[in-house]
Amino acid sequence: MIKMTLNNKPVELDVNPQMPLLYALRDELKLTGTKFGCGAGQCGACTVHVNGQAMRSCVTPVSAIAEQAITTIEGLADHNGKLGESAVQIAWREFKVPQCGYCQSGQMMSAAALLQAIPQPSDEQIIEHMQGNICRCGTYKRIKAAIKSAATHSSASSLSASHSATGNSADSTLPVSTSPSNKSKVEVFSASQFASKKQGASS
Amino acid sequence: MNAIENVSRRGFLKVAGISTGAFVLGISLPVGTAQAKSSTGALSHELNFFVSIASDSMVTLVCHRSEMGQGIRTSVPQIIAEELEADWHKVTVVQAKADAKYGSQGTAGSASIRNHFTSIRQIGAVARDMLEQAAANIWQVPRSAVKAHKHYVVHSATGEKISFGELASHAAKLTPPDSKTIKLKANSDFSLIGKDVKLTDLDDIVAGKAQYAQDIQLPDMLIATIVRPPVVGGKVISFDASEALKVKGVVNVIALKTRSIPVGINPLGGVAVLANNTWAAIEGRKKLKIKWQLGDKQNHNSNEFSKQLVKQVNQQGETVASKGDVYNHQYNENNTIAATYTVPYIHHAPMETPAATAVVNGKKCTIWAGTQNPQWAKGTVARELGLEKDEQDNIELNVTLMGGAFGRKSKADFIVEAVELAKASKRPVKVIWSREDDIQHGYYHSISANYCKAELTANGSADHWISRNAYPPIGWLWNAEAKVPSDNQLALGFGDIPFALKNLSIEKHAVDSFVRPGWVRSVACINNGFALGSFVDELAVKAKLPTRQMWLNLLGADRHVDPNDNGFKYSNYNLDLAAHPIDTKRMKDLINLISDKAKVEQELPENQGWGISFLRSFGSFVAAATKVEVVNNKVTVLEMHTAVDCGIVITPDRVKAQMEGAMVFGLSIALMGEISVKDGQVQQSNFHDYPVARIGQVPEMHVHIVKSDAPPGGIGEPGVPPVAPSITNAIYHASKTRIRDLPVSKVFTV
Ligand code: FES
Ligand code: FES
Repeated sequence: MIKMTLNNKPVELDVNPQMPLLYALRDELKLTGTKFGCGAGQCGACTVHVNGQAMRSCVTPVSAIAEQAITTIEGLADHNGKLGESAVQIAWREFKVPQCGYCQSGQMMSAAALLQAIPQPSDEQIIEHMQGNICRCGTYKRIKAAIKSAATHSSASSLSASHSATGNSADSTLPVSTSPSNKSKVEVFSASQFASKKQGASS
Repeated sequence: MNAIENVSRRGFLKVAGISTGAFVLGISLPVGTAQAKSSTGALSHELNFFVSIASDSMVTLVCHRSEMGQGIRTSVPQIIAEELEADWHKVTVVQAKADAKYGSQGTAGSASIRNHFTSIRQIGAVARDMLEQAAANIWQVPRSAVKAHKHYVVHSATGEKISFGELASHAAKLTPPDSKTIKLKANSDFSLIGKDVKLTDLDDIVAGKAQYAQDIQLPDMLIATIVRPPVVGGKVISFDASEALKVKGVVNVIALKTRSIPVGINPLGGVAVLANNTWAAIEGRKKLKIKWQLGDKQNHNSNEFSKQLVKQVNQQGETVASKGDVYNHQYNENNTIAATYTVPYIHHAPMETPAATAVVNGKKCTIWAGTQNPQWAKGTVARELGLEKDEQDNIELNVTLMGGAFGRKSKADFIVEAVELAKASKRPVKVIWSREDDIQHGYYHSISANYCKAELTANGSADHWISRNAYPPIGWLWNAEAKVPSDNQLALGFGDIPFALKNLSIEKHAVDSFVRPGWVRSVACINNGFALGSFVDELAVKAKLPTRQMWLNLLGADRHVDPNDNGFKYSNYNLDLAAHPIDTKRMKDLINLISDKAKVEQELPENQGWGISFLRSFGSFVAAATKVEVVNNKVTVLEMHTAVDCGIVITPDRVKAQMEGAMVFGLSIALMGEISVKDGQVQQSNFHDYPVARIGQVPEMHVHIVKSDAPPGGIGEPGVPPVAPSITNAIYHASKTRIRDLPVSKVFTV
């Protein structure tokens, strides 16, 4: 049995610990807002937050997120916990970013994590952080514009629900950047990286 | 369009969840067709409505075309609401199931609005007319004394008004007027068309609530993953499922029906692992042992094949269209260019891989699928289940949102797979394609070679023009002997060359097929547009003219071009050529517009260059301009523009979005998209080896929309064809390296 906090609610999962979080979310918990796009950490469609950090759920086994706080698109909220009203979601609607919309849960989760780490990202930082999220419909121009707008309007209020709920932004068990000297660098962790970091942090 | 009927009092309304007292217009098939005879009382008749107005004034409109990101679930209801005079805030949209009564539902060829604009308007206009008549009856005034306005009918003399809701039960008793005689609004009276309205699915998408085919959940449902034959036409000889069945969660392993060539839109066969969850299915699949018979397509190698196509187009082919004489002409070598262009196999790679869910119960079958062509899928499933034509209504096909499609989801193969497995396992089955499945078992844009030759003329134009192409034709899907493209295919930026030439020869070649060819966003306009746009630029360089000037000179005087004059049977994308002419003035205006807006003739720093291109396709005119920088063998795209003249614009922001998307799609084609085949097997598997554009490669982008009252053209595809040549032309002007073989990544870092 694997325990975690999912969108602020405690959840227990009775699945193969190797099962990637993506399939646990979609098939077991019926939370289908998180999408499958490649299954290999290459497209970002499956991005969720683990303790406020962007993670590719398709390559993150549930064993790696035991006892962690997960936020999916269904739990993305403004800093008062109002669902669907995070700064990125407001900007996404304002700029009419989505075409087919399929990649957009992942895009918004990545963008929200970026703004949480860097409230006022530069163009280069936006590109670097969002490079892992493919949009085959080609909405990149609007994604950039929406992130900038969300950054101006939110001034770092775009916290994911679970993270704000823990109120613990300096939790020492959080995965940390591989380049801690560069505070502005945000990373998206793959499963193996994350698992090893977690072990490192707890040992 | 089929006949519009008042279906307000049919028993099925309750089932459809529409309150009593509602006014409902539906459509029926012309009497005499098989479906019309069988449909009375049949299940699928329940939702056969287009417009429903409830007594609380809420309007429900049906979108009968499929949504894949183009915004059609906004634009179709927007058109109906325009003629209905409905308040957009009181409109909800429901998706039509597959039903022949809706007329064409095939959402392809950028056709939804360009081919159905009038019939969609008529639906709203008939409903409005009946509401007006109902109000006139209540006030006992002539019909001409009343007028619908924003969800009310107003008595013009008194200003008195009655809401649509109050009128609904009265209109429900009236007989619809003939839709053909109904007067449609003048363009100048449009209040919704041409305006940006709230997008139908935007809030759901942003909240993560939008439902795609992959998201369907049913009790007791199994998830299936399928190993398909590695080579088209291959077959399973034997398989060992014992290890796969030991994986916890795996419920069943089923061999799919063996299929043969012609492949049509059928599944490919193979072996399916069915499990309680996706992960178990994937793990089980890894343990399957299958022996294949690969079949006779296993000798196909795309690299060598491309060379063969190049050889073919450098020889005279079979005439498609001709004028004057190009073969008894003494070409002056100093003024003549001959060039061969190649494009590899290209794949759609929609973000949502194909998926479908089915339940089969005896002769009844319910399906949920993201499909561009619901009725084609339904008919294919009916044949699969052995149903007679008049039993088709036993199949209920629910159309979900598609997470991208680009032509891929016109084909029903993945839907038939779900039906086959649901029938065999007697449980609901959701088939999900992995990304590897998607990339390796697609319907690819055909590998191609195009050849162009022409001689410059003294007045800065060209003549004695030869265009040839060679590529596996889509007709091979249905006819294993098909070797040449159909006239419809050849009309795509090839047989419809708009230049003022005195001597012209357009020729095709016979080619064999080895993988499944398909329609990829703008289809043969990809390769034909690349060749044409590149060649005009090459002529301009040779003539030492700005590329804009070469386009203008080649297009010549203002006129309407008729390709039939050159002996070509031209279908004009199934549009009336008089209403949708090949208008050289609109072309020249657009080329001037893009050149001016992008300032393509400005002085640039060394290593930078502008490129432009143009193509009219699917009834719309699009020009593209791109600025690149080439430094240290690396191409960086700095700025992109498209200018579009698509006639009347319905939803401006979605036209803009399609143009933005087309620039990105075209950029992927130009810079990096290549499917290669070795020993009959696709070599790529996921986004690491089939890269598509990412955010860092996408530059500043601008869209210029021409204001026009002309009948609407298509919008999903026409943005794509001019993009790739605008990029490679820019690369030439920046670096003097001419890219004739896509993708650019063969030569430059991108
Ligand atoms: S599904 Fe593509 S990164 Fe996870
Ligand atoms: S909106 Fe369709 S893939 Fe991004």
